[in-house]
Amino acid sequence: MSLFKKSPWLLHYNCSSCNGCDIEVLAALTPMYDLERFGIINTGNPKHADVLLVTGSVNDQNLEVIRSLYAQMPDPKVVVGVGICALSGGIFAQCYNVHGGAAAAVPVDLYVPGCAARPESIIDGVIKAVEILQQKADAMRGRRRTATAAAREAA
Amino acid sequence: MTGVGGALLFLIGAPFAGGLLAGADRIVTARMQGRIGPPLLQPFYDVGKLFQKSRLVVNPFQPFYLWGFLAFLLVAGALFFSGGDLLLTVFALAVAGVFLALGAFSANTPYSHIGAERELLQMMAYEPMLLIAVLGLYQSTGSFLVRDILGSDRPPLVELPGVFLGFLFILTIKLRKSPFDLSTSHHGHQEVVKGITTDYSGPDLALIEVAHWYENVLLLGFVCLFFVPLHPALGIALAIATYLLEVFVDNTHARLRWQHTVKLSWWTGAALGLANLAILDLIR
Repeated sequence: MSLFKKSPWLLHYNCSSCNGCDIEVLAALTPMYDLERFGIINTGNPKHADVLLVTGSVNDQNLEVIRSLYAQMPDPKVVVGVGICALSGGIFAQCYNVHGGAAAAVPVDLYVPGCAARPESIIDGVIKAVEILQQKADAMRGRRRTATAAAREAA
Repeated sequence: MTGVGGALLFLIGAPFAGGLLAGADRIVTARMQGRIGPPLLQPFYDVGKLFQKSRLVVNPFQPFYLWGFLAFLLVAGALFFSGGDLLLTVFALAVAGVFLALGAFSANTPYSHIGAERELLQMMAYEPMLLIAVLGLYQSTGSFLVRDILGSDRPPLVELPGVFLGFLFILTIKLRKSPFDLSTSHHGHQEVVKGITTDYSGPDLALIEVAHWYENVLLLGFVCLFFVPLHPALGIALAIATYLLEVFVDNTHARLRWQHTVKLSWWTGAALGLANLAILDLIR
C-alpha cells in the first residue's frame, strides 16, 4: 500500500532565507490551506520526518546544520527546495559566504519556484515530492527483497 | 464480559478502537479550528508508514524500555478487562510510565530528557488522584476487583461525583491533552519537539503510538466503571462523550507550567477526591 503518499511528515528548515518563503510554508498549515487534509504534519523533528523543506541559500554557518538534519532523517526521505534562494542562492548568491542553493549541501529532489513561493505551489511541490518518496520506498523494499534473496542463495 | 475473553478482546480490539478514536480526535480538532482535517483512518496510515521507515536506534537500551512500556500497558489492560484487581492495574500503568521515562532518559537529546523529567512530574501530579479514584470505587462497591464493581447494583457515580470530576481532571494529563501535555507537546514543532518521543523513529515510534491507543482505551474503560449498571452501550457512549470533552479542553487551553500542573492536580485531588471520600465515610 502506498502509505507514504498518505502520511508525509514535514521538517521545515530555514537556511538563510529572508523569511518570505517561511511565512508561506506556515501559511500552508493554516485553516485556509489545511495541509493536514493530505495527512501532512509539520514535525520539527528530523527523526520523525519524511520530507525536508528547505528555504533560503546555504552559507558557511548552516551548511553543517542542514547536513546533520538530513543525516538524522530515516530512509526513505526527500528534499524539497522552496523558493529561488534554495534553487540557486537567489539574490544572496554573490555573497562571500554563500555556497549556493540547497543542493550545495544535500541532494534535492524537487524545487518549488517563486520569490516568495506561493502556498499553493508549495502544496503542489510537496504532493509531487511525495510521489518521489513513494518511488524511493518501493525501491528500498525492492533492494531489501533482493538482499534477502541473495542471502538465501548464498546460504 | 470478563475473564480471558475480556483480556483477549482488549489485546486484539483496543488498537482498532484506539486508532479510530485518535482519527476522530483529529477530525474534531480540525473542525474546531475551522479546518477539514485528515481522513478518519489517518492514524492507521501514519503507523503503517512508520513501520515501513528504516529503523534508527540511538542505543540498545531504548528499544528495551519501549517494549517494557508496551508490555506493562498490555498487562494493565488485560488485568482490567479480564475483571482483575484495579489496584494492580494502576500499579502496572505506573510501571509502564516509568519505562517510557527511562527510555527517554537513555537518549542523549536534551528534549528527550526534558520530556522524561516532565513525564515523571506528570506522574507525580496524577498518581494521587488515580489512587483516590480506585479507593473511591472500593468504598462505594466494597471491592477492588473490576468484576465485582461491574456487579454493583447502582452506578458508583451516584456516591462519587467529586471523585469522578477529579478523575476527569487527571484524565486530561493521562490522555496527554492541553493544558497538561507537558512531556510530549502534542505538536512536534513546539518547544520540546515531542519531548519523550524525540529520539524514537520509524517502527519504534509506531509502537509508541499503538501503545497510546491501548492506554486511551484502558482509560476510557476506567471512565465506564463509574456508570456500570447502566447499559454497556450507554456507558461506552458516555466514555466517548468524556473523550470529546477532553478534545474540547485540549483545543481551548494553552499549556500550563509544571508547577501549576502539580499544584492544580493535587488541590483538585484533595478538594474533590479526598473530600468526597470523607463525606461518603461520614454519611454511611
